[in-house]
Amino acid sequence: MSDTPIVALRRVTKTYRMGDSVFDALHEVDFEVHHGEYVAIMGPSGCGKSTLLNVLGCLDKPTVGHYLLGGKDVSSFDDDALSEIRGAQLGFIFQSYNLIQQLTVLENIEVPLYYQGIGAGAGRRKAKELAERVGLGNRLHHKPSELSGGQQQRVGIARALVNEPLVLLADEPTGNLDSSSGAEILELFDELRRQQKTIIMVTHDPDIGERAGRIIRLRDGKIEEDVRNGLS
Amino acid sequence: MASLDLHGLAVLFSFGKMRRAVALGFKTLWLHRLRSFLTMLGIVFGVCSVIAMLAVGEGAGHEAQEQIRRLGSQNIILRSVKPTEGQRLSSEQSRVLEYGLTYNDMRRIESTLPNVKVLAPGRIIRNHVFYTTRRVDAEIVGVVPWYAGIRNLRLKSGRFFSALELEGHVNVCVISENVAARLFPFLSPLRRNVRVGSDYYKVVGVVEPELGVGQAATSAGASNGSGYAPRIYIPLTAAKSRFGETLMRRSAGTFEAERVQLHEAIVQVARVDDVEETAMIVDRILARERRQKDYEMTVPLELLRQAERTKQIFNTVLGAIAAISLLVGGIGIMNIMLASVTERTREIGIRRALGAKRRDIILQFLIETVILSGTGGVIGVIIGVAIPIVISHVANMTTIVTPWAPMLAFSISALIGIVFGIYPALRAANMDPVEALRHE
Ligand SMILES: Nc1ncnc2c1ncn2[C@@H]1O[C@H](COP(=O)(O)OP(=O)(O)OP(=O)(O)O)[C@@H](O)[C@H]1O
Ligand SMILES: [Mg+2]
Repeated sequence: MSDTPIVALRRVTKTYRMGDSVFDALHEVDFEVHHGEYVAIMGPSGCGKSTLLNVLGCLDKPTVGHYLLGGKDVSSFDDDALSEIRGAQLGFIFQSYNLIQQLTVLENIEVPLYYQGIGAGAGRRKAKELAERVGLGNRLHHKPSELSGGQQQRVGIARALVNEPLVLLADEPTGNLDSSSGAEILELFDELRRQQKTIIMVTHDPDIGERAGRIIRLRDGKIEEDVRNGLS
Repeated sequence: MASLDLHGLAVLFSFGKMRRAVALGFKTLWLHRLRSFLTMLGIVFGVCSVIAMLAVGEGAGHEAQEQIRRLGSQNIILRSVKPTEGQRLSSEQSRVLEYGLTYNDMRRIESTLPNVKVLAPGRIIRNHVFYTTRRVDAEIVGVVPWYAGIRNLRLKSGRFFSALELEGHVNVCVISENVAARLFPFLSPLRRNVRVGSDYYKVVGVVEPELGVGQAATSAGASNGSGYAPRIYIPLTAAKSRFGETLMRRSAGTFEAERVQLHEAIVQVARVDDVEETAMIVDRILARERRQKDYEMTVPLELLRQAERTKQIFNTVLGAIAAISLLVGGIGIMNIMLASVTERTREIGIRRALGAKRRDIILQFLIETVILSGTGGVIGVIIGVAIPIVISHVANMTTIVTPWAPMLAFSISALIGIVFGIYPALRAANMDPVEALRHE
């Protein structure tokens, strides 16, 4: 474990305003994640897991509190700067894959590099390398609609890794998959963890929690417990 | 220095990015080819109708101006006209009707206005012209030899008659091409004698048909030759001695006699700038001596100005129509782009999550609209340039495609792409990424 945490939340509160009433989706959430950690975020539906992940992913800003990513306080960054950080330092993996339908496997993986201004040639090479790493070397020019759910999620993972992010953020990555392809995806995550990637994953599945080194349980927007199972 | 380097780098990046963004735009539009094509149609029609209409208008205007110019911009043309029934004095009803311009009028004009030449006083008699058994109903015009120069008559063959022939009351004539074509379909008319009444005239030359004054004034696009009267020109002196001052005409079963001294006269002004003022004075001189209006005045310069004004109004109206049709095309594009933005909300969310800035999203959608309107513009220009060519072949009309018309039409269509693309693009860029990702 290195000294500066990759991710550090300092009393982060996210408030939604609905008419007259205000509602804290996150309430004074405070934790740190260090390099190489594999964290599962768990909790009942509506407890604020996705909201937390959106804040971690710089898609949303905390209403109160600070978020330090790689030591930098990004809570006050403007839209352009946040976009830059999402493209350069974060990797997203979604429950519903969120691939762009009109693009091929290779092109989908390349998207984050495109927005960073990386040239077409270098981007293409990198994307191909990652497609092969997730076992899609023979599907490079297929459209997402021609792939199975498991294969689509592999594309999603390759896309999240292509910019070599500080941290991977996954929101129920196996939620839409049957158990066998879900298991294959989890194998991939285990492998990533062996390569010292930092992973934060939202999940409902207690088994996945077991695989992760650390479980953060949320309830009503607050951290209920934060346990390490000793593996990391 | 460092900032300069960075700037150069940014330009390079944005160039590569731009190229890929354009490629992506084409690809996305190609995916929905039918929709893209239908969206473009508005712009295509707008652009091609602008170019085609301008070309037709320009062509017609050009022809009218050419005709008027040939009447001579320094000239004021006077013609005798028979007064209408109501204007005639009842005592004259049964006798010989006297009207029109007189030699006296001309003398007064010349003495009042020193820098003016009254030229080519002409007499026009309608009669049949014969060659053997062929016959043409023509205007026999008595003129002076320099009439040809003043009216810009173009000789096709032979020569105009000379001052000597004028003085000698010689029976020679110059015929217009349309007379020649009918009397001499197979022969050369030169040195042959045509008959008018009981007199024979030797043909010495053939000229291009002349546009009647009234015709140039009324029809801007009389291009098919119907406005040109068949004419034969004879020396004014010969006309006087052969036809006299009085003309007999049979109308509605009764004989009507009329006496006209001059059917036509041309007042030539030394300086073009003085033409309009001189015309006013001439009109006043003539009107002072008359109780009834028995002449008409044509000022080609005024006609030319009028034709120019007409063309300008025409172009303005066309411009307005064009603007409206392009506006409609633009609104069509905006409509489709707004639908496309909504349809692609999820994609926008994904791209934003993967690092796209607002301006990247704006660029993406703006490029699509500019491609739509620009491609529509190009197709419109091609069709718009082709239509006038077809029109001039099929309808035998002059059309002129000025180079600025396609350029203007194309730039406007591209501009429309930007103007009508901005709102949908901004809508796309201002979506909240989280909301967009949640969109189904
Ligand atoms: N834009 C919003 N406006 C108002 N309330 C919101 C908004 N987004 C989320 N919430 C509320 O915040 C709470 C947390 O939502 P969140 O999506 O984080 O839950 P979750 O833990 O991810 O649930 P699930 O397991 O069902 O995905 C919910 O009560 C939700 O209704
Ligand atoms: Mg959720």
